[in-house]
Amino acid sequence: MVIYGVALLAACLLVGKLLGAVLGMAMGIDANVGGVGIAMLLLVFCVYRLQRAGCFDDRAQAGLSFWSSLYIPIVVAMAASQNVLGAVSGGPVALVGGLVVVAISFALVPVIARLGKGKYAKPMDAMSEDDGQSGQRQAPHA
Amino acid sequence: MLDRLTDILSSNALITAFALVGLLMLGCNLAARYLTGGRIHGSAIAIAAGLVLAYVGGIATGGEDGLADIAVFSGLGVMGGSMLRDFAIVATAFGVDLAELKKAGMNGVIALFVGLAVPFTIGAAIAYAFGYTDPVAVTTIGAGAATYIVGPVTGTAIGAGSELIALSIAIGLVKSISVMIFTPVVARRIQLNNPSAALVFGGMMGTTSGVAAGLAATDARLVPYGAMTATFYTGFGCLLGPSVFYLVVRSLIGG
Repeated sequence: MVIYGVALLAACLLVGKLLGAVLGMAMGIDANVGGVGIAMLLLVFCVYRLQRAGCFDDRAQAGLSFWSSLYIPIVVAMAASQNVLGAVSGGPVALVGGLVVVAISFALVPVIARLGKGKYAKPMDAMSEDDGQSGQRQAPHA
Repeated sequence: MLDRLTDILSSNALITAFALVGLLMLGCNLAARYLTGGRIHGSAIAIAAGLVLAYVGGIATGGEDGLADIAVFSGLGVMGGSMLRDFAIVATAFGVDLAELKKAGMNGVIALFVGLAVPFTIGAAIAYAFGYTDPVAVTTIGAGAATYIVGPVTGTAIGAGSELIALSIAIGLVKSISVMIFTPVVARRIQLNNPSAALVFGGMMGTTSGVAAGLAATDARLVPYGAMTATFYTGFGCLLGPSVFYLVVRSLIGG
C-alpha cells in the first residue's frame, strides 16, 4: 500500500530529527545536528533491507517517489517565502560578505572533490528532458 | 464575489499553494522551452521567479516570509516550510547510491570543516574591513556568513546586540539566495556533475535551502547527496561559532 511508503518516510524523518536533537543536546547546543541527514541514511538503509526481504512492493515505493518528485515544487514554494527583502536591505557588509563567501566556497568545491577517492567520480549521464525529476526514481549510475 | 473567492483561497491555503506553484512551474517550463530553447532549466527559472515574488511580497507587506505574508498565499509558507521541505528532502534519499556515499563520505566531512572555516574567516575579515573591531561584532558577522541560523545563535550566545544579529541574518540570507541563483550558472565550471562533488558542495555551502534549491535547478539527482552533508553544517556551525571561532577572533583582535 502507498501509505506504507509514506509512513516509512515519516518514521525515518521523526527518528532522524529526534537523534539530531539528542546529538545537539549532547554537544550542549540548542540546534538539531544533522537530523535530516540521519533520516536520509535511515531511509536508505531501511529500503535496502526491506527490498532484500521482499516486503517493499511497487505500491509502497510509489509513496516514496511521490514525495521525492514533489521536491522541486516545494523548493519553489520555499523560495517564494524567503526574506529576500531582508537580504537586499542588509547593506553593503551583508551583500559583499555574502557574495565573496559564496564565490570562494564555489571555487573550493572542485579542489576538495578531487581529494582521495572522490577523484574517480564520473559525471552522470545527461538529464532527460522532463522537469528534471525523472532521474530520482532510478538509482543514479555514476 | 471577490470576497468569496479570497475567502475560499485563504481558507484552503495549502491547496491554493499547490495550484499556484503548479501554474508557476508550467509557465516557467514553457518559458524554458520556448524562450531559452531548453538552455536554462525550467526549475531554475521557477526558483528565481519564486525569489522575485518573495521580494514583491516583502515590499507589499513589510513581513519576513515573502509572498506567504499575503493571506491568500499563506499556504506557500506551509508548502515551503521546514516540515514539508525536510519530508521531501528525505524522500529524495530513495535513489541514493550507497557506493557513492561510501566513496566520497570522507571528502564530505572535510568539506564540512573547510566550509565552516571559509565563511568564518572571510566574513570576519570583511566585517573588520568595514570598520567593526569589536570581537563580538566580528564573530557574529562571520558566523552569519556561515548560515542565517549560525549567525543569530552565535551572536546570542556571546551577547551581541540586536542590530548585529539582524546584520548576521542579512549576510546569511544573501549567501543562501546567491547559492540558489548561481549554482546552476557555475555548476559546469566547478564540475558539479557527480554525486561526490554534490556531497562536497553540500558541506561547503551549508545553507540547506540554498543547496536544496541550487542543486534542484542544476540536476535533481544530485539533491540527496548535497542535502545530506548540508544538514550537518548548521549544527556544527552553532557548535563551533560561539566557542572555537569566538576564541580565535578574541585572541587575534583582543577584547
